[in-house]
Amino acid sequence: MNHELARTLEAIQPPPVVMVDEERLRPFETDAFVSHRQVPMMAVLPDRESQVGEIVSACAARGVPVVTRGAGTGISGGAIPHAEGVLLVVTRMRALLALDPLGRTATVEPGMRNLVVSEIAAPHGLFYAPDPSSQLVCSIGGNVAENAGGVHCLKYGFTLHNILAVVAYDGEGERLELGSLALDAPGYDLMALITGSEGNLGVVTQVVVRLLPRPAATETLLAAFGSVREAAEAVGEILGAGLIPAALEMMDRVVIEACERYMNLGFPKDAEALLLAEVDGGVEETRDALALVRSILERCGATEVRVARDDAERAELWRSRKGAFTALATVRPDYYTIDGTIPRRMLPHVLDQVYSLAKAEGLLVGNVFHAGDGNIHPCIFYDASVPGELERGEALGGRILELCIDVGGTITGEHGVGIEKLRQMCKQFRPAEIAAFHDVKRAFDPASILNPGKAVPTLNRCSEWGGMHIRDGRVPRADIPRF
Amino acid sequence: METNLADWIRDTPEGIEANSILRKCVHCGFCLATCPTYGLLGDELDSPRGRIYLMKQMLEGAPVTERTQLHLDRCLTCRACETTCPSGVQYGRLVDIGREVVDRKVGRPPWERLKRSLMRSFLLSPTLFGGALALGRAMRGMLPASLANRIPERHGEATWPSAQRTRRMVALRGCVQASIAPSINAATARVLDRLGIQLVEATEAGCCGALSQHLDAHEAALDAARRNVDAWWPLVEAGAEAIVITASGCGTMVADYGHLLRNDPAYAERAARISSMAKDVSEVVAAEKSALANAFAGRKQRGESLAFHSPCSLQHGLKVRGVVESILRDAGFTLTAVPDGHLCCGSAGTYSILQPELSGRLKANKVAALESGGPEIIATANIGCLTHLQSGTRRPVRHWIEVLDARLGQRAVVAADT
Repeated sequence: MNHELARTLEAIQPPPVVMVDEERLRPFETDAFVSHRQVPMMAVLPDRESQVGEIVSACAARGVPVVTRGAGTGISGGAIPHAEGVLLVVTRMRALLALDPLGRTATVEPGMRNLVVSEIAAPHGLFYAPDPSSQLVCSIGGNVAENAGGVHCLKYGFTLHNILAVVAYDGEGERLELGSLALDAPGYDLMALITGSEGNLGVVTQVVVRLLPRPAATETLLAAFGSVREAAEAVGEILGAGLIPAALEMMDRVVIEACERYMNLGFPKDAEALLLAEVDGGVEETRDALALVRSILERCGATEVRVARDDAERAELWRSRKGAFTALATVRPDYYTIDGTIPRRMLPHVLDQVYSLAKAEGLLVGNVFHAGDGNIHPCIFYDASVPGELERGEALGGRILELCIDVGGTITGEHGVGIEKLRQMCKQFRPAEIAAFHDVKRAFDPASILNPGKAVPTLNRCSEWGGMHIRDGRVPRADIPRF
Repeated sequence: METNLADWIRDTPEGIEANSILRKCVHCGFCLATCPTYGLLGDELDSPRGRIYLMKQMLEGAPVTERTQLHLDRCLTCRACETTCPSGVQYGRLVDIGREVVDRKVGRPPWERLKRSLMRSFLLSPTLFGGALALGRAMRGMLPASLANRIPERHGEATWPSAQRTRRMVALRGCVQASIAPSINAATARVLDRLGIQLVEATEAGCCGALSQHLDAHEAALDAARRNVDAWWPLVEAGAEAIVITASGCGTMVADYGHLLRNDPAYAERAARISSMAKDVSEVVAAEKSALANAFAGRKQRGESLAFHSPCSLQHGLKVRGVVESILRDAGFTLTAVPDGHLCCGSAGTYSILQPELSGRLKANKVAALESGGPEIIATANIGCLTHLQSGTRRPVRHWIEVLDARLGQRAVVAADT
């Protein structure tokens, strides 16, 4: 079966790269969610759309699962392979298919890197707004699958708000054209449905992205605070004043120190929290917003407010912020990033709770996150070589996500559910809602070959977990495979 | 990442070093974005993260074949990934270890071994390489263009200044550069002479060892390092301030002597001292900024427009960034913009010979990027990049120190050629 499928895929014209040997497959066993690993049965790397249709059809005919992978930067395990499945890697499909500077759109293949879209648009004074921390390398296809956000989504929205149409292959290998260049289209909005579906509904092969004119003016401020709570309160004050900053980011001391080791930008050393705020728009509008934000920050107790002098300094500040997650590797050997959202007014309360939960577990936690969106990213540090630390870290993560739900928030802001947060899905949604998800999946993928076991838990699994709460790191019925 | 190295390597110096590097990698994938081979091929296995994984599984004891070797061979060792990595993974060190292990475990076919050994003897022998170069230059008119383009032209002035100075520095003589372009060290000596520093060469010193390192001859590389340490030591003891290196590729090697010889009690200490004294010529010139400004005082006319190609060994290996550019700007040159300046030109030591296809694609991309701003000349800081790029463009490609020397002597860079 294995080799018969491999021969079939190799017979596609022109042939994609097909790998069946463990030596080459193992490097694909995980994405950036490294605590979970699975070697796929086979990996296939097409370089054009026509191959994708044939690959999915061949797998559908044999009932072989297909897991689609972009750059492999996801941190919820969405691209972790299936043991009996094909890993469909789209990084070689990265062409610009069309660029329309007047219509402000670009049509790209899914493997194109996020930042490349903005680089292509730049000569026309345009940019592509969603900018996840991994924007240097993450792929547009992966961005669609995860409905990726980024530091600037507070003002500019998520991937969904910045794409117009996609081409995708469903679970039977049918080519679907979803969305349109018009602002509204008749029928159900299936493009919205497939965005953020984590490879469950289709394999995306083309994306029409919306490009925006670069703002005439941009100002970036860095404010230091003596406590996390003061910084969190300043976030509420800024938004309460009716401002929508382009970005409003927060980092705590653990993260500040890691960023300093990475880039050494001279962040205030004694700060317990930093806010990074950006305002943009017309020249006068931006000048006024800058003055207002600065006065709010100072009123809220900022010990120092610094404004980036030029684009180069601004770029450095953002590079430091976006490298923050990886730079955290210098704190402890391993860490685990949580992604939850909460109502913004709950920010001071939730952050206090996060620190005290971590303290009770004896683990270090650092915070770097999209404060303006109420999208928190506590990073839990552990050492995988110390027995039990990973499990304690995961248990703490679960508790933080449940805290998010308890205060009226959700278990993912932008990283997706993947395999990481299947359990919390059972708490977030009632059975009727989970069943509705499955009905939608069946409509696109009747045999359930597309990324099975990710993003949405089965109802059986939820009842096995049954409103399960992890206490003291003890996972009930740990013998049941989780995925 | 979690690691579990196999017993046969875990407690060796290589195993301990590899493990500590692997443990720093969090598999985030940032390095993919700036890797030249991933850029060309789009395959995880041709990216730093993929290669790290291939090495990890080999060091953890998984069976290894020529597949792993192929992907490690395709790595340029440009170390752009190290510049990009937010968690400080020393990929260059790891791939040195990985290559040595894979070569030991997988070996190479006899022809490949012979090719590497012949290349090493040829490039390292002044008689063979120098003779072939002279013959090639003499017969240029009779050769097909594709071959003729690959033979570097002779240019520049090879005479050294004769003044004795109290401030002295030692120049690495090197191997290939001494035959192809002796004018580079001579130009360095002339520029430093104007700055009040006398440059000397040690006759016993030779190749820095990088060539052997690239061609699987790790012991020969260490021997080259030992020979240079021995040759330079009397000069160091006599008060030389620095070891000046005019090819940044060699600079990264000399900067590594201390590390490479750390387990050799007879050399460890001296090698570490030599490494700490090793300076790229740009660092030496930049440190004499005011003397250089005086040398230029009163000269008004603009220099040529110029595109600077920063070698990977300079920007990623030695982490010297923006220094040459600012020296050249201060000297009155107009620097044209170079997109994707972080990418390798494909020369990468012996890579251009061992991986001609990928190297050629990188060269074409790099030449296009360098020429996009319409410069009169292209300047760089490493002999390998220099000859590699020159084989892909009609624009003159020169070492920047020769460009600076010509300007100090009020000569046009290209007209100065013979």
